[in-house]
Parts: sequence; structure tokens; C-alpha cells
Amino acid sequence: MARLFIRRDDLGLRTAMGEALLPMLVGAMSFLAGLAVAGALASGTLARHWQGDTARAVTIQVPANEANAVPAVLAATRATPGMSDVRVLPVAAVDELLKPWLGDDVAALGLPIPIVIAADGPGGDGSALTASLTRVTPGVLVQTGALWAARVAALTASLRACAAAMLVIVAMVAAAMVTLATRAGIAQRHFEIEIIHGLGALDGDIARRFAARAAWLALLGGAGGSLAAGPVLMWLSGLAAPFAGVAPQSAWPGLSPALWFVLPTLPLLAGGIGWATAQVTVRRWLGRLT
Amino acid sequence: MVIFEDVWLRYREPGRTMGPASDVLRAISFEIPDGGFCWLTGPSGAGKTSLLKLIYLAEPPSRGQIEVLGVDAAGLKRRQAAMLRRRIGVVYQDFRLLAHLSVFDNVALPMRLARRAEAHVRADVMEILQWVGLGAKLEAMPAMLSGGEQQRVAIARAVVNRPKLLLADEPTGNLDDEQAERLMRLITALNQLGTTTVVGTHNMNLVARYPAPRLDMAEGRLRLHG
Repeated sequence: MARLFIRRDDLGLRTAMGEALLPMLVGAMSFLAGLAVAGALASGTLARHWQGDTARAVTIQVPANEANAVPAVLAATRATPGMSDVRVLPVAAVDELLKPWLGDDVAALGLPIPIVIAADGPGGDGSALTASLTRVTPGVLVQTGALWAARVAALTASLRACAAAMLVIVAMVAAAMVTLATRAGIAQRHFEIEIIHGLGALDGDIARRFAARAAWLALLGGAGGSLAAGPVLMWLSGLAAPFAGVAPQSAWPGLSPALWFVLPTLPLLAGGIGWATAQVTVRRWLGRLT
Repeated sequence: MVIFEDVWLRYREPGRTMGPASDVLRAISFEIPDGGFCWLTGPSGAGKTSLLKLIYLAEPPSRGQIEVLGVDAAGLKRRQAAMLRRRIGVVYQDFRLLAHLSVFDNVALPMRLARRAEAHVRADVMEILQWVGLGAKLEAMPAMLSGGEQQRVAIARAVVNRPKLLLADEPTGNLDDEQAERLMRLITALNQLGTTTVVGTHNMNLVARYPAPRLDMAEGRLRLHG
């Protein structure tokens, strides 16, 4: 590793590729990559939470005018295979759920609020349970979390795809920036390159000098971007904590532990992109020399 | 040994691959034996620099066969061409020193490219700089040197790897008579050590002072060989 970076600057690349612009831009890309990776990991956490608890949740609404059917509905529900923890939600709990739409005093409105029965189900769309309960009382309404869980899974998959696309775009933009910086360096040092080419330098000798410089600048930028992403991710994860089912007061609310392994690799990836891109750019340019 | 057989070099205008082309070198044939010394003479624009470029593989010929140090230049892979260039020392008219490197580092460059051990680099570079009279200017930058000193640095860089072939393109063009004389003594001394040497010049007084076989060129053709 030391041989890559502690190299005599024969081509004067510290001057020719000395601007802070490349590390700053790569840093910005690394920052965005950090956000994308965190987003992908967080959506995975969110999906697991929703698919675990929500997919099994079953809610049964019995119309207020059929309240006398509640014991039969409870019995039929308990008799359905896979159903457990079947219970009638207290009126206070139902009022609490309705408060955002109907206000603090739901009872005062005199509305026919249905009786709500909650249970843990086996998953699926609940059609068998619906058919069974409809025979008990026709107005019953069965809702399962499976539909929402499927929607969340689809949303998670699309978020992950977006994050992957963002990472690819970020990598391509970083490579484009390294290409431009390398071309600028070549333009400034073409005379020196031609001299050492004439002295018997291999293409690899010349490309390695540019690649080492580009990799170092990209590594610095990547490190800066990753460091900058840390506090922002902590703030965002605090905002997302309620949706991820963790307490906002926890040390790293909602952030996947995997992120703390991924973030330090971003500078290395940036350095790798810098190295490979500069190698390709310089070797292609050298092709014009005999 | 350098052998040219019916070598032509044709240029088109930059950026064009079709259309009219001009022949810079026409039907060049000659042979320079191992350890030989040869002048390359002719007026400016006669094709001396182009011929030297063909010898150090900076240009491919449009036609003909070139053999340099026993290697057929046609079809050389890039790595092989680079390795052959390491056996050739070139002194350019405009010196071509790297402005951001010291005298020492400029001269050390060919050895470092050849991945010689740094201890050897230091010893050999010191020795060669002493030889060209610049032992006291190791750390000087090229811009701080006179034209003659820069030319001597260029010579030192060309010979530090003990090349089998030394090419010099108008090496005395920017020097006064005294410096030119000193430079020629260095070049002939190298030749006497066994280095095949080709010196391009249009200074016929210099040629007269150092009699040797001559390739005389005019308008891209060899008009005198011997």
C-alpha cells in the first residue's frame, strides 16, 4: 500500500492534479452513497418490522347494530385454525384510534362505532375467516395486515432498487470526475509524459503514477464524505425511529449495525474507482504514443 | 547496429487519415555497425530529426525495414519497444529536462524507470554528473542552469544507463564553440567506450573537426552515405 502512495512525484502530479475540487466532489458523492446505503439498510429493517408484526395482525369490525353477535364472532374466530390472542378492543382504545379523525370525545358524536376485535392470524388475505364470519353475521368486516405488509415489501424493494441505482450513478459520476481530473493532469503534463515514455517508461509506469494520485485524492474525498454522512444519518435515523419500531432515545436509533461496517468502506471504494478510472484514462491516452 | 532498408516516412496533415500526404523521408537505406560513430548532416528540414525519431521508435515508418540493436522494430509490442528504448540514449536539441525535478532526479530518471536499486542510482548518477562537470549542482533545478549546463544534464541522463546506442539531435545547437567542443569530447569518449553513436548536426565545422562516416540528407533523401 505504501508503494502506491509514497512515490517520487516524477511527473509533478501533486501540482498538475493538486486542486481540492476532485476530493470535494468525490466527498459529495461518498456522502450521497452513504445516504443511499443507509436508506437501503433502513428500508430492510422497516420491512422486517412490518412483515413480522403487521402481516399477522387481523382486525375484525362488527357493526354497532350487530353487537349481540360479538360472542359468536369471537367463538368463530377462535375456532379458525392459526388464530390466537383473539380479544375485543376496549372502547377507549378504539376511541384513541379514531381521535385523529373524530376528535377527543367520540362518544359525544353519537356515531355507530363498530366493535373491533383484534387477533394474531396465520397471514394471508383472510378470505377463509371472512367467509366463516359472514355466515355468523353478514355485516362483519375482516382486515388483515398481509396486504399492507405486501405493499411495504414492494415499497422496500423499490427503495432498495432506487438505492442501488443511486449507488451506480454516484459511482459513475465519481468515475467521470476522476476522468476529467486525469485528463486535465495529462493535458498539463503531456510533455513530461512524452519524455519519460521516450526514456523507456512502460505504459503501466506512467498510468500507475496517475492512478496513485487519483486514488489518493478520491480516498481523501471519500473519507471526508463518509465522516460528514455520519451525523446526518444519526439525525435522520432519529426522525425515522418511530416507523422502525425503536425508541428515538436509543444510542443509534433505527440505524442498521451493518452501516458502521459499510461507511468505512466507502473511501476505499472511492479510492478504487479513482485508481481504476485513472489507469484506463491514461492507458487510452498513451495508445496514441508509439 | 542500426540498419535501415528502403525506409519511407509519410505524414498527413494532423487529424486527417485520407487525402494528400507528404514524404518526409524517402527510400532511406544505411547500416551503422556496432560501436560506430556516424554524423547525420544536412540543412534544417532535411529530415535529420525524423530519421532519429525512427531510430528511437518515436515514429513507425510508413514503409521499409528498421533494425535497431539487433531488434526488428516492426511489430514490436509496446513493452518490448519500451525495453528497447531503455537501451537507447537520446540527447534532444531542446534538452527536454523535467523542469520540476532537480538535476540529480532528472539524471536518475532512466535508472529509476529501469527499477535499479536506489543505492546504485545514487552512485551512478553522482559519477556521471562528476564526469560532465556538474557534480556541484546536484540539487539545482534546470531553470537555474545555463544552456550548456542543461545540455550536459541531458547528456548525463542519456548515458547514465550505459546505453548501447546514443543519438544526439543538434546537441551543440544552443552552445558556444567552447561548450560545443567540450560536449563533443564527452560524446566521442562515450563512443570510444563502445557506444554506437549518431550525432545530427548542420554544423559542418564540427564535422570537420571530428572526421567520421556521414549520412548526409537533403529533402528527405540520403544523398551521401559514407
